Amino acid sequence: MKWTWFHKLASPPHFYRLAGRLTPWFGWSALIVISAALYGGLVLAPPDYQQGDGFRIVYVHAPAAWMSLFTYVVMAVAAAVGLIWRIKLAHAVAASCAPIGASFTLIALVSGSLWGVPMWGTWWVWDARLTSELILLFLYLGYMALRSSIDDVQRADRAGAILAIVGVINVPIIHYSVEWWNSLHQTSTVMRGDGPAMPASMLTPLLMMFVGFKLYFGAVLLTRVRGEVLRRERNAAWIGEVLQK
Amino acid sequence: MTLSSFLHMGGYAAFVWPAYLFTLALLVLNVFTARGTHRRALTEARRRLRNAEPQR
Repeated sequence: MKWTWFHKLASPPHFYRLAGRLTPWFGWSALIVISAALYGGLVLAPPDYQQGDGFRIVYVHAPAAWMSLFTYVVMAVAAAVGLIWRIKLAHAVAASCAPIGASFTLIALVSGSLWGVPMWGTWWVWDARLTSELILLFLYLGYMALRSSIDDVQRADRAGAILAIVGVINVPIIHYSVEWWNSLHQTSTVMRGDGPAMPASMLTPLLMMFVGFKLYFGAVLLTRVRGEVLRRERNAAWIGEVLQK
Repeated sequence: MTLSSFLHMGGYAAFVWPAYLFTLALLVLNVFTARGTHRRALTEARRRLRNAEPQR
């Protein structure tokens, strides 16, 4: 197996240029897909037979919650790659994931609370799903605080990586929390053994929103990593070559 | 469907719209902070390049 593509991708100047070319594609396609999903979710999808139009919060809540887990896995895998193979770019990716993941987590928590008030009669309960998602927010914030408390970038990379990798245990706990424990939160509607329990008119905008959030994540992450790479490589010769064009 | 019935959200307007607005606000904020991070790093890199030039 040839690993040359990987080494090329991990080389900062190559990545910097490639990311710069890719970002607009991710950004604009995210805008288009999210707009279409908004129209599908807010206008075309029928009201729920139990929750009426209140169910429409799902179109921001579920994609944000899925992305809060996805971003964490990306962060932990990047941190592990950086730790094991000493690839600086991987650490830059991990560091860039944290604020984005924290934002997705906060969106999931706040939109979930706003959904809980009319449907559950409470904005918060200390049950397994909600508590483990709150812990995810603290993992992201703790990771960011740990990094910013260490001046040396390489030491911050290593310490952050260990926290990120240990914290990954929380990801399956969040996912299975609604099955392992009695939760006020419903079990999964989309990812279940017998297929999604939702008609296509409701499900399509949800899946589109998920794709849109992924594309958005791509655009924001690439932009952040470019800044992070420039900052880390400030004394490298390639920066002059890239910027003088 | 009229605009007012759309905005009314079947009585759930007070929950649906704040959820969407909060999501929009945070997504937009992330775009600006990401671009800001990149722009600051670019400015700093350009400044260092200018300062390094005379020594060559």
